[in-house]
Amino acid sequence: MIQADVKLDTLGYFCPMPIILTSKKIKELTMGQVLEVVSDDEGIKKDMPAWCETTGHEMVGLEEEQSSSKRIYKAFVKKAK
Amino acid sequence: MTTAQIEPTAALAELRDSKADRVTIVLLSGDLDKAMAAFIIATGAAAMGMRVTVFFTFWGLNTIRKKGASSSASDWLRRMFGFLNKGGADTLPLSRFHFWGLGTKMMQVVMKQNRMPGVPELMQMALDLDVRFIACTTTMGLMGITKDTLIDGIDQFAGVTTYLAEAKQGSVNLFI
Repeated sequence: MIQADVKLDTLGYFCPMPIILTSKKIKELTMGQVLEVVSDDEGIKKDMPAWCETTGHEMVGLEEEQSSSKRIYKAFVKKAK
Repeated sequence: MTTAQIEPTAALAELRDSKADRVTIVLLSGDLDKAMAAFIIATGAAAMGMRVTVFFTFWGLNTIRKKGASSSASDWLRRMFGFLNKGGADTLPLSRFHFWGLGTKMMQVVMKQNRMPGVPELMQMALDLDVRFIACTTTMGLMGITKDTLIDGIDQFAGVTTYLAEAKQGSVNLFI
């Protein structure tokens, strides 16, 4: 279980919205803080690592949560620049 | 409820993999001629040892849908859309001269006579050459296209960020 400092809810949003919201939110964090992005768009599994690779932030982890009807993804990003 | 940890490093390793030149193709069109162009370039580049990624979005998704498959989307509007917009690599119309199917049929006959592979054959060739197929999750959602209605071999689902990260390192990036 990864501890996040700030949580960002992007449920119901499709690409590119989760990434756009992440790029806005990460500006509010201080170095080293971890942002948890919650999404139900499967694309985030690949998009968030790709975004981190391009922007220089650190991808700390990715969780997939399966409940009865829904699948939710939690991406953890550490502000690194 | 179950929680699973996914290793993001796998996605990163693919990006950092410095193998050969990279080619990315965005296939937005669902036309026979345009899909052929895309797969001819994809197979050609793969045969040249380049690393090729094809992103399927909007009508391009029709090329990787199972023939006749409709949709198992949760709401009726999207189910309806999936029903009306039929997919299947061998059912694509020509972008011009379709003539309610007649023009396309003629083209397919001429292609067969000249031993030209059609879209399904080119696509299979591309998969055999390890061309990576990525389906855009956003447009899949919009058009009521569900995973179970896509052909086998499509195991990657992503969005614009994945495309851009790949294209940034590509020497050939095409939008068809």
